Amino acid sequence: MNAKPSLPIQARPKAPSRLKHGLTAVIILLLLWGSAMQTDSTLGELAAGIPNMLDLLREMFPPKWSYFNNITQAMLETIRMALVGTTLGAIAAIPVALLCASNLTRSGWIYYPVRFLLNLVRTIPDLLLAALFVAIFGLGPLPGIFALAVFSMGLIAKLTYEALETIDHGPLEAMTSVGANALQRIAYAVIPQIQAHFASYVLYTFEINVRAAAILGLVGAGGIGHYYEVTLGFLEYDKTSVIIIFTLAIVLVIDYISMKLREKLL
Amino acid sequence: MIELTNVSKTYPNGTKGLNQINLSISQGEFVVIVGLSGAGKSTLLRSMNRLHDITEGDIRIGGKSITEASGQQLRSIRRDIGMIFQSFNLVKRSTVLRNVMAGRVGYHSTLRTVLGLFPKEDTEIAFEALSRVNIAEKAYVRADQLSGGQQQRVAIARVLAQEAKIILADEPVASLDPLTTKQVMDDLKRINQELGITTIVNLHFIDLARAYATRIIGLRAGEVVFDGPVWEATDEVFAAIYGRPIQQDELLEERVV
Amino acid sequence: MTKSANQTRRKPRKPAYRWLIYTALAIIYIWAFAGIPYTGIKETAGQITKAIVAGIFSPDWDYVYLPDGEDLLRGLLDTLAISMLGTFISTIICIPFAFWAAANMSSARWVSGSGKMILSFIRTFPEIIMAILFIKAVGPGSFAGVLALGLHSVGMLGKLFADEVENLDPGPIEALLASGANRLQIMWFAVLPQVLPGFLSYTLYRFEINVRSATILGIIGAGGIGTPLIFALSSRNWERVGIILLGIVVMITIIDMISGSIRKKLV
Repeated sequence: MNAKPSLPIQARPKAPSRLKHGLTAVIILLLLWGSAMQTDSTLGELAAGIPNMLDLLREMFPPKWSYFNNITQAMLETIRMALVGTTLGAIAAIPVALLCASNLTRSGWIYYPVRFLLNLVRTIPDLLLAALFVAIFGLGPLPGIFALAVFSMGLIAKLTYEALETIDHGPLEAMTSVGANALQRIAYAVIPQIQAHFASYVLYTFEINVRAAAILGLVGAGGIGHYYEVTLGFLEYDKTSVIIIFTLAIVLVIDYISMKLREKLL
Repeated sequence: MIELTNVSKTYPNGTKGLNQINLSISQGEFVVIVGLSGAGKSTLLRSMNRLHDITEGDIRIGGKSITEASGQQLRSIRRDIGMIFQSFNLVKRSTVLRNVMAGRVGYHSTLRTVLGLFPKEDTEIAFEALSRVNIAEKAYVRADQLSGGQQQRVAIARVLAQEAKIILADEPVASLDPLTTKQVMDDLKRINQELGITTIVNLHFIDLARAYATRIIGLRAGEVVFDGPVWEATDEVFAAIYGRPIQQDELLEERVV
Repeated sequence: MTKSANQTRRKPRKPAYRWLIYTALAIIYIWAFAGIPYTGIKETAGQITKAIVAGIFSPDWDYVYLPDGEDLLRGLLDTLAISMLGTFISTIICIPFAFWAAANMSSARWVSGSGKMILSFIRTFPEIIMAILFIKAVGPGSFAGVLALGLHSVGMLGKLFADEVENLDPGPIEALLASGANRLQIMWFAVLPQVLPGFLSYTLYRFEINVRSATILGIIGAGGIGTPLIFALSSRNWERVGIILLGIVVMITIIDMISGSIRKKLV
């Protein structure tokens, strides 16, 4: 190429230290190595397990389709549980969400503690809630429904209050200026802005709950999950695969319907 | 140096993007392509480094046909052609230096570049390129922290680091304000004069074209309707290219006031 | 309800299918509520609730650390280890999946479509069922839990990663292409720097979820704090239930806080 005219060398900035990145990488690697030690996870172990896994898959196929008739009732119960649990949770979520929203509940003395409690509830996974409720209420779908209701309340309340905090403030001010009280303000300025979102969150939670309800039976909280234990206990893997396939089909169908509905809503 | 013979581009839906274009651009020229939006300026520019494929004709860069090249051959032709974009096309989350170094990847093996093992001279080249556009002090700043004008200068530095023999600039100042527009065009002009890099620029502003170009090419509906030195490009010529009298928004100076 | 300016007094008619939807909803609800057995609640429910609440407020502090193993801290540590390793495995598997499933990475629609299908199939497969199957393969213990989380997370994480890839700015790719870079170099210099922060952020998010999941894996014998919890529940050791619940809540809260603050920095 052409000879370049000489150029006054400008002051160069110093390269930032790479120490931070290096340290982060080392820490992550140490954590992963420690985790592998703690859980006895090794590639050798995995390799040793692969033949077992293949055996299992071989025993699962072909599925024993006749078993289908034995589990339809349990599947319906699963859907019922999800539906009722989601509904109860959604109703309970409304006041909680209103109390958590800083633009509606003006006092930090109220919304901070309520949010804190909500976060505490949300730390407990649904299956664990179900195990607790089974200990309290005994076996059956009711503890499962309660577990789903508490879980749904947590999720819907969180999503809703976050949406509430982004609503347009204009209508609220307008309602205040015409002398509306708190309930009237909610009815005329808040609900119209939030109802589509709320419905969408409820549907979304319902999708999650159908999946959750399908496994609650593992701790005795009703639904189809119970049949995993039954079939696996008797080593009837061809029946287990029927349960899995049936559940997947139901979940996919419900997801699809719910997704279409949510698309319509928003 | 760049030779287009009978270049045409027909889109799948039948519309003609470019129609029988014959051009010869020699080393060191500063060519400005003008025309209405949709006249094919961008398509013409992008066919020169084959970001767009043409349907007919041949384009030769330094004697080698880019139309027929593929794989490594195509990449090595492209390495000699730098491109500057309207939207800068920097990786916003990467540092300025890393963006400039990205211009060097065509020179090294995949493994070497991926491991970040650029030779020391490459860092020198990158810093020299940054100094040339007066932005060396920002080398370790993330690109998204810079103003639009600064980002475009980083993009120019990337092309310089690429050690390209040709620079294609597709509306390089369309998203900049008038003041930074001048700085960026000055940079391009200076590089063209000091390093003798052939520069081809698509521009919307007529007065800018007149101020910087040595040669103006007018496109209309995919055809070259004017090709000549800047002093031949009178207002009447522009009116002919545009198919109507010059409008206020085609003049940069009017907008500064 | 509607604040639209109705010039005429008449309300705009709502379409008839609305009533169809309402009726369908009502029927579904009647079916759902009628089908639930409302009996069978233990009479002792109140007592047990009181005992659990009392257990939470007077937890079995001694269980926090026992010199000879099987204590709360080790259980929580195991849970954390399972979720970390599981998240790591799924992240590694996810990266090729993300580019497979991203619509802007392939010209043919069926390529990304098939990738998305596989991801949503994995997503619908509950981790606890995967854990049961892995237990059959590698035996009960934490490793089965790691594998279950590692595989199940691919479903959601892969989809989030693919979304991130679909949202990337094509500009830098074009610029690299124009400068003569090959595919891998484009990937490394134009694509990865753009998607990496998002990938990391989603990984942390999934890690938060996985910590929650890992607390329940023990219920079916796949390691972690769930095993002692289910033992304590079935042996009615409410003080121990209390301390384990407390431990889980505290751990998850701390993890959420740390992970959340890192994620804020990333974006």
